[in-house]
Amino acid sequence: MPSNFSKTIFRSVTGLVLAAGLAACSGAARVQPTGINDPHEQSNRKVHNFNKKLAGSGNGGGLAKAVPIEFQTVIHNISENLSMPQVAVNSALQGDVTGFTLASTRFMVNSVLGIGGIIDAASEFKVPEHDTDFGETLYVWGVGEGPYYELPVIGPSTRRDVAGRIVDLFTNPLSYKLESPDSYVAPVTGFADRVFKNSRRSEVISDVLDGSTDSYAQARLIYLQKRRYELSQRTGAAAVYDDPYAQ
Amino acid sequence: MMTPTPNNISRRLFVGGVFSLGFARSAMAVTQGDATAFIQRLIKDIYQVIDSGGSEPAMIRQFEALFGQYADVQIMAQYALGVDGRSASPTQKAAFSDTFGSYIAQKYGKRFRQFIGGRIEVEGARKIKPGFEIKTTAYLKGENPIEVIFLVSDKSGELQFFNMFLEGVNLLLTERSEIGSMLDRRGGDLDAATLDLKNAG
Repeated sequence: MPSNFSKTIFRSVTGLVLAAGLAACSGAARVQPTGINDPHEQSNRKVHNFNKKLAGSGNGGGLAKAVPIEFQTVIHNISENLSMPQVAVNSALQGDVTGFTLASTRFMVNSVLGIGGIIDAASEFKVPEHDTDFGETLYVWGVGEGPYYELPVIGPSTRRDVAGRIVDLFTNPLSYKLESPDSYVAPVTGFADRVFKNSRRSEVISDVLDGSTDSYAQARLIYLQKRRYELSQRTGAAAVYDDPYAQ
Repeated sequence: MMTPTPNNISRRLFVGGVFSLGFARSAMAVTQGDATAFIQRLIKDIYQVIDSGGSEPAMIRQFEALFGQYADVQIMAQYALGVDGRSASPTQKAAFSDTFGSYIAQKYGKRFRQFIGGRIEVEGARKIKPGFEIKTTAYLKGENPIEVIFLVSDKSGELQFFNMFLEGVNLLLTERSEIGSMLDRRGGDLDAATLDLKNAG
């Protein structure tokens, strides 16, 4: 992997988090880009080839088939529950009262009635799931998407989302409350949950990676569309569509 | 000053006439209800194929037929081909359009296996520029619900869908990028790229 790649990411991310504070104060407008901003395409493509090899070694969903689905659900429930305090903090930073209430309620209900998050009791009581991250907080604060990055192992991202991930890594309220080894439960279950999920979706992932002429371009386009859609969902703005009949 | 001259009157008559013409046309045009019913029929037909329990190649053949029936394959192929399509001959375009139809049916038909035991529900409809947006939710077994949007129009002369969005991912845009990559690899040779498309999917 090129050594200047991580340096570029680090430099732009530090600058971005500093800029985010300023942007938050000025209340900059949220702009949803539509194009592709990929000045680091060359190094991104190298990372993509590495990730592709890694996905190819994932034995085609064998893991998800071998491990009982009940166990995978428990891992998912614990991991999701442990992420709730952070979701609550990010919702608060976004001024999202509903999101804050949902995340707090889910955490309390599942920690107590769901025995430390093993059972998703909150969903039984029809408390909807809620998920957000610092990348979304930065979006709400008016920080631009920035260039596209493909990260090793993690996959597609943007400068704003890389910054969000790094901040989320260090600001999980739980990691300050818990002592080791309890503080490792969240990252370990989070990682296991991701591995299981990728294994369950391995068919779709390999369709994109192996079935495409340019899997880098496909993965980039699919990620950007999905992430932009996710972020725009909160604002509730109606989508504007291209009219192929007018071209 | 503003006394109506004969000239003015005839203009009013003319304008009124055009208006009522427009009215007559829109009375015949498709309604939101028609567009919703159209997508409901499509969903029903898709599930009929899935529930028939046929072999995968048999199901894909049936999906291909459904796609030809319900989708405006020609406009979809034209959009997916993008700028490169402008210099293509009508024969090339027709060949590409045919291949594109079976490519889409194969590529997405394979995914329909995930729909076994699930359901798709229509959530609502909204007027958009070339027709209607129909919002649906796919509930798959062991997965979070997926939002699927169909865009339908009657600009081809009959009601057909011309694009789909899965969780915000635009089918036509994604395929335009893929076909662009295929053309790049063949140095812009559409005939070679069409052959590649035939073997892909």
